[in-house]
Formats: sequence, C-alpha cells, structure tokens
Amino acid sequence: MGVGIEVKNLNAWYGQTHSLVDINLTMPANHATALIGPSGCGKSTFVRCLNRMHETNPIARATGSVRMGDIDVYKDASPVEIRRRIGMVFQRPNPFPTMSIYDNVASGLKLNGFNNRKILDEVVERSLRGAALWDEVKDDLRKKSGASLSGGQQQRLCIARALAVEPEVLLMDEPASALDPVSTSKIEDLIFNLKSQYTIVIVTHNMQQAARVAENTGFFLNGRMIEYDSTDKIFTNPTDKRTEDYITGRFG
Amino acid sequence: MSEDFKGGRLNSIVRTVENHFVTGLAVLSTVLVVAPLVAVFSYLLYKGASSLNWAFFTKLPVPVGETGGGMANSIIGSAVVLGLGSLLGIPVGIAAGVYLAEFGRGRVLANMVRFTADVLNGVPSIVMGISVYALIVLREKHFSAYAGGAALGIMMVPTITRTTEEMLLTVPHNIREAALGLGVPNWRAVCSVMLRTASPGIITGCMLAFARVAGETAPLLFTAFGNEFWPTGLNQPIAALPLQIYTYAISPYDDQHRLAWAGALVLIVLIMVSVTLVRYVTSRGVLKGAS
Amino acid sequence: MMRIKFHQSLDELKEKLLVMAGMAEQAIQRAIEAYRVRDASICNLVLRSEPSINRLEREIDQMALDLLAMEQPMAIDLRFILAVIHINADLERVGDQAVNIAVRVREMEAFSSIDLPVDIPRLAELAAAMVRKALQSFIEADAEMAATVLTMDDQVDKMNEAAFYALSSLIREQPELTPQALNALIVARNLERVGDHATNIAEDVIFWVQGKDVRHHVPTDAS
Repeated sequence: MGVGIEVKNLNAWYGQTHSLVDINLTMPANHATALIGPSGCGKSTFVRCLNRMHETNPIARATGSVRMGDIDVYKDASPVEIRRRIGMVFQRPNPFPTMSIYDNVASGLKLNGFNNRKILDEVVERSLRGAALWDEVKDDLRKKSGASLSGGQQQRLCIARALAVEPEVLLMDEPASALDPVSTSKIEDLIFNLKSQYTIVIVTHNMQQAARVAENTGFFLNGRMIEYDSTDKIFTNPTDKRTEDYITGRFG
Repeated sequence: MSEDFKGGRLNSIVRTVENHFVTGLAVLSTVLVVAPLVAVFSYLLYKGASSLNWAFFTKLPVPVGETGGGMANSIIGSAVVLGLGSLLGIPVGIAAGVYLAEFGRGRVLANMVRFTADVLNGVPSIVMGISVYALIVLREKHFSAYAGGAALGIMMVPTITRTTEEMLLTVPHNIREAALGLGVPNWRAVCSVMLRTASPGIITGCMLAFARVAGETAPLLFTAFGNEFWPTGLNQPIAALPLQIYTYAISPYDDQHRLAWAGALVLIVLIMVSVTLVRYVTSRGVLKGAS
Repeated sequence: MMRIKFHQSLDELKEKLLVMAGMAEQAIQRAIEAYRVRDASICNLVLRSEPSINRLEREIDQMALDLLAMEQPMAIDLRFILAVIHINADLERVGDQAVNIAVRVREMEAFSSIDLPVDIPRLAELAAAMVRKALQSFIEADAEMAATVLTMDDQVDKMNEAAFYALSSLIREQPELTPQALNALIVARNLERVGDHATNIAEDVIFWVQGKDVRHHVPTDAS
C-alpha cells in the first residue's frame, strides 16, 4: 500500500543557486501526482529531494521537511533506507549492462545481500508482470543482458527493478520522454494500474500525459510551485495566469 | 553549367586519389609498426626454437661444458615473482583508481595521488630495483623473492591506477544513479556495479601492467637476484627468466647463448599465453548483447 | 509568444463566427421588419440567405474540430473553442427562427391586417437587443455584459406569456380572428426562442471567459 508524502517549506540549493524556494505540497497516497513546468524550473530537483538523491551531488543541500507517512525523510532514516522505500525511475532507461534481465530486476535485493533463490524467482516474476514485461522476456531471463532490449522494454525493465524492492512511493522523472508513442501508452497504462498499490509522483514535459495519468498536478516555475490542484481544474480553468500561459503554450 | 559539371568531375577524381593515398599511408604505418614485432619474433623463433627441448622446461641450469641443462627454475621463479607482484600491484592499483574516480574528484589528495602515480611511472626500472634493495634487501640482509615481487608490484601500480580511473570514468553516470536509487549503499554501488561494468577495461589495464613487468630485468637484479637451484622459500633469492637470459647472454659461452635465445622466445610466448588465457576466462562470463 | 500559427487560427475562427453572427442578426432584423411592414419581398430575402448561414455553420464546426484535434488546446483556448461550437449552433437556430417568422409573415398576407392586443414589435426589439448584446459581449470577452443578457431573458419570457394569454382570450371572444391570432402567437413564440438562444450565447461567453458553467440558472427575481 502506498503512503502519502507531505512537503513543508522545502528549499534546495546547488552551491549558491537557490533552486527550490519554499515548496509546500501534499501528495496523497495511492494517487498519481504530476509535476509540470518549463525546463529548469526545479521539478526534477524537487523529486530528487524526496528520495534524497540530490545528496549524491556534493554541492547540493536542502532544508525543510519531507514526511512520508509518519516518518521524516531527512531526520528519521538514512538515505539508503529511504531509497528502498521511495523508488525512482529515470528519464533515460538505465539497466545495468553487464547483468542479465533476471539479475537486473533482482539487483535491488541481491546488492543488499538478499540471496534466497526461490524468493528471488518469485519477486522477479511478480515485478516483471507488474511492469507488463513478463510475457515478452520470460524465456530470456538469464540469457539476455538488460541492455539488449528495446528502449521501451528497457524502461519497463527499470520499472520492474524499482518495483522489486517493494517501495511505497514511486518517483518517475519523465519516464516516457525518450520513448515512442506505443511504449509511452504502455507505460501510462502501467502507471494507472500501479496507483492502487503505490503512490506515484511523475515529472513530465508532456501535459497531455499529466492529464491522462494524474489526479493532481503541480505547476513549477523558477523554483517555486505556482499552483497545485486537481488535474482537470489545472487544465480547464487554472487560477494563476502564469499556469494558464504555460499550458496554452504562450511561453515555455 | 557545363563548367560546374567539369569542376565536379575534377573534384571527385581528386577526392578519390586523396582517399587512396591516405589509405595507403595508413596501411604503410600499420606495416611499419607491426614489422619490428614480427621481425623480432621471427628472429627469436629462428635462433631459439632449435634449443627448445623437454630438458629446457624441466631441468636446472648446468655448469659450463655440460649439456642437458634447462631453465625450469627460472620459469617457476618468474611465475612466483610475477604472482607476488600482481598480488601487491593489482589490488593497490585498482583501489587507487577507484578512489581517484569515485571519491576524490577535485580533492587535493586525489591530485597528489595522480601526480605521484605519473611520477612513479617514469621512474627508471633500475632505480626501482635499487630503492627496493635499500628498503627491503638491506634491512632483511638477504635477497628474496618477495623483494622482487615488491619491486615489480610497485611498477605495476601506476598503469593499473590510471587505467582503472579512466575506465570507471567511462561508465555512464546514470548507472551509478540507478544503483543508488535502489537504496544500495555507495560503496556497494561502486564495487558491484561500477567496477563490474568497467571490468573489461580494467582487466586490460592489469594485463598491460603485467606484460610490461614480466620482462623487466633491472628491478630483479638487486632484489630477487637469481638462483641456480629450485626455489626454496619466498625469503630466499629466486631465479627469473629475464635474469637468467641476461646472465647467459653476457657470458662467453655459445651453449649459454643458445639457451638465452630459447629463454627469450619462451618468455614472450608465456606472456602472450597468459594474456590470452585471462581474456578467454573473463570473456566466458559475458552475456549476449552486453556491452 | 509561441504557437503563432495556433493563435492566428483562433483569431480566424473568431472572425468566421462573427461573420455568422452578422448574418444571423441581419436575418432577424429583416424578419422583424417584414412583420412590421408586411412586405413579402423582405421575407424572400430572409429565405434566400438561409443556405449561406447553414454553410457557414458547417465550416465553423469543421474548423473547430480541426483545432481540437491538431493543437491540443488547453484551459481558456479549449473553453473558447467549445464556446464557439455552442454559439455556432445557437446562431444557426436564430437564423432558423428568422426563417420561421418570415414564413409566418407570408401566411399573414392572406388575411386582413388587424390590430392585435399584443406588442409584437416591442417583443421583437427586446429579443434583437438581447442578441446584439450577447454578441457584443463575445466580441469584447465581457462576462459582466453577458450576465445582463441573462436578466433580459426574464422580461422576454414574461412578455411572451402575456401575449399567450391575450391572444387566447381573443380567440375565445372573436373566433373569426383565429388565423391572425395564431400567427401572431407563433411569431411571439419564435421571438421568445430567439431570446433563449441569445441567453445561451451569453452563458457560453461567461463559460469561456470565467470558466463558470451558469446554464439553467434560476432567475434571481423569479416570481
């Protein structure tokens, strides 16, 4: 089951650049929340602050609070623990090239020392089914490397890999931007199905995708969150003029 | 219009000629580079093959005048010394390379390490031998195999370090991010994922270092020193192929000269065989379609 | 400013709708004039203009459909196109009502002209004014102006109701005047429908400009 995420007064810096300013929002459990905005507006930075991935950059820092359920993401757990509970799928598919499909999916578990063969088999099958990839790869699990699949399949492999660790929240940073329309709609269908078990946060450049997939949408601009509301309100009658200008293509 | 057309024809002829000319240059350069290697190898084959026999690989060296001697102890001794050297050089080199690539970007210590490695690379092998002599042999008051191993190991470190660093830097950044995003600790991400992805290149680096020190004589002169008999212990002087070849080559006796040629041939062949073996063994684990 | 081609297309769509509006308004004005002066030639003019209105309706709908499919309009642009589609339909109906009135006027020629106890011209004026104001609010994207049109509809409805009662009484008292009375009743009804269409247009303008759906609202001074 997913948990909700509550963000209060989040600020983030890269060196001297103040890249996120006073972000406040609540992302409800078992919903998909979309984040839209022009390039460089901070939406990717925001998402990386949720699972503390921004900390991998030595000049990055953040203040404020991020709560997942009833724990404080920054104070109550280590980054490694948080990242097991908040999974991430990146913009470009990044399967481990030296590992087979099976090993890729199981990597989250194996790299953390878990080696029970029977359970791994189960987890791998479940995750690949969850990512709508099982039927396409079930005969080549150990024979083919993760990198030998097509782009859309690779991205679904990365989703399966993230699901295998059984997170409660799934962060997706423009997961379909490098993919063709057929793969994109497979992934959108997937997100729709995943909502029942996970809380999903999806960063997207594609407003139609946000509209198709998410119940709530937040519009980011220059490091601030300008407007956050139900998706249909944002796209039919947004409150802030800047939001409207962006979604009607008057800038951005 | 017809002038343009003529110009076009001329241009394409010129381009074709240029193409062939440069291709020819490239082929010529390749030949010039490969030729010395082929020449040396052929000459070794010619001079040394006739002295190769079963005794060469199984018998100890015999005093001048006697026949039937071999270089068995040198072959074993080289293997021992190279083994010790690799045991020292490979882990240290890879660890330093990992540090430079993953943890030390931009830090002062990293720059110092890199600088030191480059300097070490340029140290003449004889100086390396003398230094290890002063540091180990004098202190222990005897020559030893492990002193020889130490000298060779230190010489391997710079090459392995730099290659490891370069290869790790070629691993795409997002692979590491993928591992971290799964909740894998940083050290594990580096060891199990980054190193594994970069391993073909790193192994090449190790083999380059290995091949280079396998033929070094000078560092072994004052450390391993050489030994006429079977190896008895790591803290004893030990024979090595390059040493034995050197000794025989400067001797006045023809028999020993012939053995020296044979030894040189065997040395090169053994290096080639070990490198090929390592390649074969490591490539068996690679999957279909992996990069 | 991005999507220049798209915004030009939106302007074109608006222009086309305004041409349609002009034709519908002209049709109603002519029909009312025909009623006032009982001139059959004006009626014919109204009838002859109807095909162009219908053709324009098809063109506007097609253009709106293309914009929806090709440009993925959002928010205010989306509401605008939806409003245009609705207003397009209402204007075509206004054209139809003008034709209906013109037909009635031709029928009435066969009977003698009498004074009826209803002020059809005044009802006509009010209905035409509603159409005018609704279209003006569309041109200026003025939701407040559109809101006043909604209140005018109450008046038109009342006048139509009064006409109904007056003409029903007339038919009962003077049955020989039934044809004239019925024709007048139908014309009043047509004009009331014109008022309704003007109301719809005003509601669409409010939806476009403010995003509020105010259709089927209860009049504030409901009796």
